[in-house]
Amino acid sequence: MRTPLGWLQLRHDRGRFLVALAGIAFADLLMFMQLGFQAALYDSNTRLDRAFRGDVVLISPKALNLQNLSTFPRRRLLQALDVPGVVDAQGLYVRTVNWRNPQTLRSATVQVLGFDPDADVLRLPEVRAQADRLKLPDTVLFDRGARGRYGEVIARLDRGEPVTSEIERRTIAVGGLFRLGASFGADATLMASDQTFLRMFPRAKAGSISVGLLTLAPGEQVAPVVRALRRHLPDDVQVLSHADYVQFEENYWRVASPVGFIFGLGTAMAFVVGVVIVYQVLSTDVNAHLQEYATFKAMGFRQRYLLLVVVEQALILAALGFIPGALMPLWLYAVAAKATSLPIAMTLGRATTVFVLTLVMCLASGAIATRRLQAADPAELF
Amino acid sequence: MGTGAMASAIVIEGLNHHFGRGAVRRQVLFDVALEVAAGEIVLLTGPSGSGKTTLLTLIGGLRAAQGGRLRVLGRELVGATALQLTLARREHGYIFQAHNLHRSLTAAQNVRMALEMRGSLSEAEMDRRARRILESVGLGDHLDVKPGQLSGGQKQRVAVARALVGEPPLLLADEPTAALDSHSGREVVLLMQRLAREQGCTILLVTHDSRILDIADRTLSLEDGRLC
Repeated sequence: MRTPLGWLQLRHDRGRFLVALAGIAFADLLMFMQLGFQAALYDSNTRLDRAFRGDVVLISPKALNLQNLSTFPRRRLLQALDVPGVVDAQGLYVRTVNWRNPQTLRSATVQVLGFDPDADVLRLPEVRAQADRLKLPDTVLFDRGARGRYGEVIARLDRGEPVTSEIERRTIAVGGLFRLGASFGADATLMASDQTFLRMFPRAKAGSISVGLLTLAPGEQVAPVVRALRRHLPDDVQVLSHADYVQFEENYWRVASPVGFIFGLGTAMAFVVGVVIVYQVLSTDVNAHLQEYATFKAMGFRQRYLLLVVVEQALILAALGFIPGALMPLWLYAVAAKATSLPIAMTLGRATTVFVLTLVMCLASGAIATRRLQAADPAELF
Repeated sequence: MGTGAMASAIVIEGLNHHFGRGAVRRQVLFDVALEVAAGEIVLLTGPSGSGKTTLLTLIGGLRAAQGGRLRVLGRELVGATALQLTLARREHGYIFQAHNLHRSLTAAQNVRMALEMRGSLSEAEMDRRARRILESVGLGDHLDVKPGQLSGGQKQRVAVARALVGEPPLLLADEPTAALDSHSGREVVLLMQRLAREQGCTILLVTHDSRILDIADRTLSLEDGRLC
């Protein structure tokens, strides 16, 4: 085995080595945070969409995202039932509104979903279990994972005490809790019956719904039914499979909103910071050893050998810098998840992505740094 | 010298060398002719700027030769490619004015690097040879010490050990005593002489140091790029 020159050289100057590792760890940390927030953004904003129970989703062609769905005629649900394979059709009313936070008595934004409490439209067992409470007039269920100062409200509800609030100058009773979690688009979500919803928003028309959820017969293929629905229904409604609908929501945040771009840019900048740091360290190291490298060339070592030394150093830095760079986010994710009520956690996929980015970062810096090796001229030694 | 069964280690004829191009082109070596027999110890002296270091780097394959004839250990170095020069250099041992040891490596690791380059010896054999030659230069108890903790004379002795551990047929040295006091300077040169004699190595040594002239078989003097 050859002498591990790159490793010995790195270890020789401990101060510089630690600075390099700290720099890489910091770049990794930045990338982890950016990618983590980005994933949390997509995840939290599609959480309610994913909870919709239905194989096919109908929305207005004007819909942008869950907070801006627009409406389409309720009749389309009945028409959809004409298409073979469709066995059930349910409508959802969705609105974003200001309510009075029962704890602070200040105005806060909430998203309200209205639906038939007898229909099983959401994959949220807590909501299903409390369907009877929704049938009480002007009663809603509140999201335990909401962002904002709701701690006392939740504690009171947990103790079974009544809590009331106000929406559009109408007193609303909070009848129970479920867990969904905040998103970038909505701090909190309320579940209501369709009757309560329509009373809350007198200007909303019962015949105009925001989402249609279609259930297909067991074993029915989704794609052919979607095609049949598109042929059968007029242009004022968009037909999507449930998966495509979730993708539609995610695409809004990824492409149409600036947030996806911002986190992508943040990741790219963290990467560039890492390249600069590693390049600084490696090129300083090459410079500091030019005389020694020239000696090696005089002894008959080829340029390739010295390139390998720099590559070895780059790989060592990448691997050792990644360890603290991946451990720190574990803690920061927990802090961020607590502070923002967003689902931020380490995933194996993201760790792999960042590790690959770190390798690329270090090898790219190493490749730039090796250009300095040309300056090692054995003829200058004597 | 240079006759009989003994082949010549170095044969130089009509060697010219220029630095720079165009208007600033300057000739530093003029029609140099030289023959050094295998096993011979030759000292090259001369005032600074006389071209002796240039001659040494040409013979050592550290610089590409431009014209004339330059045969070192049976290889023609005039017109050689960079790779051929690299391969030629593997046959040479070099001792520089500065020790040029690698700071991050211990004495033993520094010496071992010269063996590693050949790639033909086993791990244990490389360690054994590195240890043995360091013992023979009197540094048997400094094997695992880095250059930073060695004295100037000790460092230069490690450099001698590194140059000779591969038993090169040719040793090239440029002012190896310049950075040392007279006592350790002489010690290093005697060491070179002894080891080279044991290995049958040819030595070409550039020096100003008049105190070491007595170790040579022959002393040449270079002035203004001409041997005299």
